[in-house]
Amino acid sequence: MSTTVTTPIGNVEPAPKPRTNYLTNGHTLRSWLLTEDHKRIAILYLISVSFFFMLGGSFAGMIRWELTSPAGNILESDAYNRVFTAHGAIMVFLFLLVAVPAVLGNFCLPLMIGAKDLAFPRINLLSWYLYTAAGTLVLISVISGGVDAGWTFYTPYSSLYSNSNVSLCLVGVFIGGFSSITTGVNFIATVHRMRAPGMTWFRMPLFVWAHYATGIIMMLGTPVVAITLLCVIFERTFQLPIFSPELGGDPVLFQHMFWFYSHPAVYIMVLPSFGVISEVITAFSRKRVFGYHFIAFSSLAIAFLGFLVWGHHMFVSSQSMYQGVAFSLITFLLAVPSAIKVFNWTATMWKGNIHLNSPMIYAIGFMGLFLIGGLTGLFLACMGTDVHLTATYFIVAHFHYVMVGGTVMGFLAGLHFWWPKMTGKLFNDNVARWNAIVVFLGFNLTFFPQFILGWLGMPRRYHYYYFAPEYQPFNIMSTLGATVLGVGFIVPVFYLITSLFKGKPAGDNPWGAHGLEWQTTSPPPTENFYYDPIVTDDVYDYDPVAEHEQFLEKQRQLGAHA
Amino acid sequence: MNLANFPFAPPAASNFASEMDTLFYSIFGLSVFFAVVTFFFVVFYAFRYRAGSSADRSSPVYENMKMEVIWIVVPTILAIIFFGWGAKVYADVRIPPKDAKEIYVVGKQWMWHIQHPNGVRENNTLHVPIDTDIKLTMISQDVIHAFYIPAFRVQFMVVPGRYTQMWFRPTQIGTYHLFCNMYCGAQHSEMGGSVIVMSKKDYAEWLANNGSMRQNLTPAQAGEKLFTKIGCANCHGPVDMPPRAPSLAGLYGKTREMTNGQKLLADETYIREAILRPSEAVLKGYDNTMPAYDKQISEDDIMSLIAFIKAGAMPSLPASNLAAGSAGTEAQVKGKAGLNANALEYNAERADATPTERGSSHAVGAMAAEKVDQKR
Ligand code: HEM
Ligand SMILES: [Cu+2]
Repeated sequence: MSTTVTTPIGNVEPAPKPRTNYLTNGHTLRSWLLTEDHKRIAILYLISVSFFFMLGGSFAGMIRWELTSPAGNILESDAYNRVFTAHGAIMVFLFLLVAVPAVLGNFCLPLMIGAKDLAFPRINLLSWYLYTAAGTLVLISVISGGVDAGWTFYTPYSSLYSNSNVSLCLVGVFIGGFSSITTGVNFIATVHRMRAPGMTWFRMPLFVWAHYATGIIMMLGTPVVAITLLCVIFERTFQLPIFSPELGGDPVLFQHMFWFYSHPAVYIMVLPSFGVISEVITAFSRKRVFGYHFIAFSSLAIAFLGFLVWGHHMFVSSQSMYQGVAFSLITFLLAVPSAIKVFNWTATMWKGNIHLNSPMIYAIGFMGLFLIGGLTGLFLACMGTDVHLTATYFIVAHFHYVMVGGTVMGFLAGLHFWWPKMTGKLFNDNVARWNAIVVFLGFNLTFFPQFILGWLGMPRRYHYYYFAPEYQPFNIMSTLGATVLGVGFIVPVFYLITSLFKGKPAGDNPWGAHGLEWQTTSPPPTENFYYDPIVTDDVYDYDPVAEHEQFLEKQRQLGAHA
Repeated sequence: MNLANFPFAPPAASNFASEMDTLFYSIFGLSVFFAVVTFFFVVFYAFRYRAGSSADRSSPVYENMKMEVIWIVVPTILAIIFFGWGAKVYADVRIPPKDAKEIYVVGKQWMWHIQHPNGVRENNTLHVPIDTDIKLTMISQDVIHAFYIPAFRVQFMVVPGRYTQMWFRPTQIGTYHLFCNMYCGAQHSEMGGSVIVMSKKDYAEWLANNGSMRQNLTPAQAGEKLFTKIGCANCHGPVDMPPRAPSLAGLYGKTREMTNGQKLLADETYIREAILRPSEAVLKGYDNTMPAYDKQISEDDIMSLIAFIKAGAMPSLPASNLAAGSAGTEAQVKGKAGLNANALEYNAERADATPTERGSSHAVGAMAAEKVDQKR
């Protein structure tokens, strides 16, 4: 087995049975709210992130229901605008940017490199409080009248024309940015300083590589959007001339500053999922990952190139034609590292010994959705077709496939994969596998018709379309899909929570996976390992043939489906 | 909901549609190919190598330079090909033919104002003749909008404070959707209408019969009236008069040198800036005496002024001003006060006539503008 947890020299006793683990080490609310344990902070994040996901999801339901009729069903235009803004802002700033790194990254990263905690445990706790403050402010802004500027907050609409709680919401997002920056700094410092002896850079799990690249984007990109949002607040409050031509500012400047962060930000959302998928695919193919170095370096390439393509959001916004050409070329090149990953994951499955447990089905679903999302990016990177497609439902479909498909499928894959580690309990894997299929089908039924709507020319952010009733059939399909998808998101809440009370004990390593996190108890003790781990080999040295029987036996013992 | 209501592609009604569609379907074909092949392997492996199957798993490979190079190089080459093709189509869309018929568009919450070359104006509907190159020169009076005609495969943002252009040649008679495709506030979804492509004969007839609105002046004619009315003609005559004021005859398209040494091309945006904020860039050889018309005149009127300046001929100066000429500070100060009075008068007149055009419909924006005025 790859990595070994060795006892101090001479000591060959087995590890003592744990008396407490991180969950049972203190039961008071105080012990949770003041914890500096990265695993507890991950759980705090899991709870808050799930709350905002449900909230954002219910707004999505309202949008979809409204659009089944060309004349609208339930909402006034103003209310509709506030609903889609709340949906976008909550989903992007409070779920997509946070879910995988703050929950799974926080939980697994130190375990995976054999560290006792993140480099700055208190700053980690602070980042959760910043996130909570951000969420609260956004929530207040939504409840007390709402925000109608769209999650992109384009000026001068957001700065001078909107009569809604834009400033309050932006203060929330601004504070949330600091939560992101501190998380990024923490990951980078941890990877540099806290690796166990023998954990060289190229023995690190790909999950860690992905989070390292994500940390870089968080640290370098987030300050830019923070400043941009501050500028909008200043313009709204003090009429400083920054973005509004009426005051002498430049409205397109906002778009440059906003996308300089927000394009890389989409990689904050999907890079961590790439990490999850790399782990899950090797573990359930029981095979060493194919092209480890290429996957690791493609993460860094994405982080770097991601900063150079922001202008592809502005092909029709009056930036110069030559600028556009450069942005288009780099955007096309950015497709290559994403393709490298998909090809390498596919090759990992080749000659593997594949177990279709729920995390693996989510991972396969991820590949399907990401393929469609990434390939439709080509239509938008291509300046000719972008002129027709930009800002239509084609964009909506594209970014839901990459961001939502990417992040949510990655999050669910990872949550199922590490759930036994986090809680010490097994969930009903059969239900989970069927649910993964429902999510995949529901997702496609929801968003694929939107590509057609976009190609037909339906603009995004439209409250109704009575002047173009030919859009109705696809809108109805999409709403049907959203209903199926909603079911697929709610069912896991039930079987995962049930598992906490009724689930069988998971044992330390129910999937027979390699990697340091599987070598400690489930749930891990507060200090992660009883003995300091020493790493002696690569992470992914699975042997598909030799370990096969062993794995089946393990699954049989546990009564889980093999 | 019948099947005629179930289209899978938008109508194709402009010169751009066919090449854009070829490009679209080529990328579509490429994508389907990659998606199907890759996902086929994923699913195929998942079955072929499922746990316990008797598939051959001997000598598995973990690194293979040759494969990596192939799947890096092939997508890169394809990417560059499609980049080039897309850039070419984009350049066609962005560069209008020289002799295109120019129509002016002003976007504002939540309406499109359209001005045809002979002065006919319409809202939310754009009539165009078939097989004619049409160039739209567009600006917004408030927030960012986007002028989008799906059947023509063109759209472009309509930005406050700067002109953007878009062109097309309609090729099919019919009525097509016109949308605002940049979220712009409460009634964003309603900010649209139709583009009506007519035969050349019908269009000519339509133009001729639609004379009731705004006295049927061409933009240039309207501009000439304004030029005198709001006081431009007090200083700008048929010939240059340094240091008082340059003539604007033949200005459009010239390169101008500023007092700070900057060289600027006199295009629409330059002229607009010179009207709204003249002191930001002062022409070499002239004093900074021109009043700023910022917040004093509407985008429609600036359009007309530009059309007039483009047309070239300048009225001669009123005799009294000519005498004051370059005679000195006192006269200049007087002249300036007079101009401002003119502008204010004009403003009051407008406020009476069309209150909504002055922006009262968007409270915050109007308020902001007021505050700035007070500071001045
Ligand atoms: C890695 C996963 C990706 C994510 C998370 C992602 C996400 C997004 C998001 C959020 C938008 C903004 C939509 C809006 O609000 O206007 C967007 C637009 C865009 N994406 Fe992606 N994308 C990804 C991959 C790609 C790829 C691989 C390409 C090209 C090869 C691409 C090309 C574009 C382009 C050109 C736009 C701009 C479209 C426009 O606004 O006109 N994206 N993407
Ligand atoms: Cu608009």
